[in-house]
Amino acid sequence: MSLQQRHLLGLEGYPAEDIQTIIDTAFTFREVLDRPIKKVPSLQGKTIVNLFFENSTRTRISFELAQKRLSADTVNFSASTSSLTKGESFKDTVQNIEAMKIDACVIRHPTPGAALRLTEYVDAVVINAGDGTHEHPTQAILDMTSLYEKFGYLKGLKVGIIGDISHSRVALSNIHGLIAMGADVTLCGPATLIPPHIEELGVKVSYKIDEVIEWADALNVLRIQMERMGVSLFPSIREYRSLFGITTERLANHKKDIVIMHPGPMNRGVEIESAVADGDQAIILDQVLNGVASRMAILYLLLGGKTE
Amino acid sequence: MMKLKKCAKKILFKNGTIIDPILEKGYKGDVLVENGKIAAVGNVDVKNAEVIDCSGLIVTHGFCDLHVHFREPGREDKETLETGSRAALAGGFTRVCTMPNTNPPIDSPESIRFIYEKAKECPIHIHPIGAATKGQLGQELTEMAGMSTEGAIAFSDDGLPIMDGGVMRRVLEYGGMLDKPIINHAEDVCLRNDGVMNEGRMSTRLGLPGNPVEAEGVMVHRDLELARLTGAKLHVPHVSTATAVKHVTDMKKHYKHISAEVTPHHLFFTDDDLFEYNTNLKVAPPIRRNEDRVALIKGFKSGAIDCIATDHAPHTIEEKESTFDVAAFGMIGLESCLGAVLKVLVHEEKIDLMTVIKALTVNPREVMGFITNLFENNTDAELTIFDPEETWEFTKGDIYSKSSNSPFIGKSLVGKVKYTVSKSYLAII
Repeated sequence: MSLQQRHLLGLEGYPAEDIQTIIDTAFTFREVLDRPIKKVPSLQGKTIVNLFFENSTRTRISFELAQKRLSADTVNFSASTSSLTKGESFKDTVQNIEAMKIDACVIRHPTPGAALRLTEYVDAVVINAGDGTHEHPTQAILDMTSLYEKFGYLKGLKVGIIGDISHSRVALSNIHGLIAMGADVTLCGPATLIPPHIEELGVKVSYKIDEVIEWADALNVLRIQMERMGVSLFPSIREYRSLFGITTERLANHKKDIVIMHPGPMNRGVEIESAVADGDQAIILDQVLNGVASRMAILYLLLGGKTE
Repeated sequence: MMKLKKCAKKILFKNGTIIDPILEKGYKGDVLVENGKIAAVGNVDVKNAEVIDCSGLIVTHGFCDLHVHFREPGREDKETLETGSRAALAGGFTRVCTMPNTNPPIDSPESIRFIYEKAKECPIHIHPIGAATKGQLGQELTEMAGMSTEGAIAFSDDGLPIMDGGVMRRVLEYGGMLDKPIINHAEDVCLRNDGVMNEGRMSTRLGLPGNPVEAEGVMVHRDLELARLTGAKLHVPHVSTATAVKHVTDMKKHYKHISAEVTPHHLFFTDDDLFEYNTNLKVAPPIRRNEDRVALIKGFKSGAIDCIATDHAPHTIEEKESTFDVAAFGMIGLESCLGAVLKVLVHEEKIDLMTVIKALTVNPREVMGFITNLFENNTDAELTIFDPEETWEFTKGDIYSKSSNSPFIGKSLVGKVKYTVSKSYLAII
């Protein structure tokens, strides 16, 4: 088993059969994670560097755990503690790291296109762990793995993505991935947080959350970034909550089962009510576990790991 | 490598196709340059002249670019008047107007004088455009009369749009009194916001902040209205959108002192070309959708857009070899201009060569009030001689600018400059 593309930079144009291969592989690693000894030697001798030019807690830990479970050697780099603060350029930093003989780079960077740029500077396999407001492909794959686990199919699945679409790499990668897998996607959020021309990617846009809940099999609720409030993208939390907040009361109006996802970190009481986040419909913690399994699958497939 | 030398006493450009953009005529013939001046145009027989065989080549007026950045003073690491002149000659340009966004900006009679004096030594004619407001801050008028006396040819705050409509009105009134064209970088900065590329499907796909076409449309519309109100000459730089073409077309029906330019890059590229975050395509105004590109071509055909200008904007490798959000705006364009516009306008769009040559010669000269009839005897020779059919790949080796930030590198172009005559110099390219 191998993937057609050498890097994982984004899900735009990514082959559906490869997404399926990653999901299937992720389930085999889920079994490993349920064992008492959770480590396999698949990537023994491989060196992976985690380049984090932007703060991250869960993605970095998830990647690190995935790498350790696969027995890879890992090095962590974060911008605040590096020579970037001494004025070293992006190019110099990554070339220095490359010179240390690295097999793969996992990169998180605040600028769209940074992961692609990295492939021009290094020979290593590059995995995008979020480049600004562009893509976050591993998050979308773990979301799809979680949906697949829950429903057993993605084709024809109705998924609502709720909240700040404009500033969300999670949304863009989910859109590309879900559309590739044949799912139907509707975006819902304030008009000021829906990017222009997004319909051209094959999604629908709605401003009516109740209609989306009625329609959807699953909702992916995105984090609302509070700092967007001051620049008149939306007026207040109160108003956001009343228009788009996912609450038990709102869900109770619809006599149906609906699956609730959230990529984290959550603003409890803002985009999602605590009772919903902790309720039976939420698969938020499954997403976290699937995150490790999916990233193990991606690393394994891209680095040509050996089976036990 | 381009060779630059002083013209021989007599040079005969023989057997070329002479295109006269004033008479709008093309004919086989010769041009004799004697002591750097036009001595005869037609069938010329002369002894003791250096003869340059121009068969298969077009011989026409030297090109004139209304919009270049030569970075002097302040950023001589990117370009100087001298290196910019060499880039111009390689592209067939004998006359350029330099924008005032230097460091410090050209916003006083003294700073105009500085450019004027330095330009004297250069092998092309360089005319400084003065800042319209002090420090390009969009607030107080500059001493436009004193600057005109020292050689300012027009006024503009260049990359910094004059947002305050009241200030723009006064700039037009005062500049109009001096009969100098006013050029405003037409973008509403609030609408543009932090946009780094055209707002549309591509910006959404790439996750980059977009700059909507309306940012240009509303500003061009305002400027046109204010030009009519004040009776001033308005030159609209680098038109990039269908809406702006429409506004210019409409206003030209009612008010005649309007001119407009388009750049080779807005005619050549579309925002789809940014799919790999190529920072050399980061420019202001941004590369737009194909439907805008098509509208620019239509506007050029109809005459709404009358000039081609490069907006030659050199930047260092360090400023471009970075991530897209922080990379500098702008690209160089003098050396690749002819090959790009002939390819798009003549070879692809079948627009006649005369229209394109006029947009590079007589039309921009008319905007600035330069002498236009360059084939008249005893005129200082400004000639451009080019092969209209040669297909060639633009490479780094074709660049004479101090910088090399060009998205045309690796592109196939049609039409190549062979000789440029300017200020008694002969450039052999």
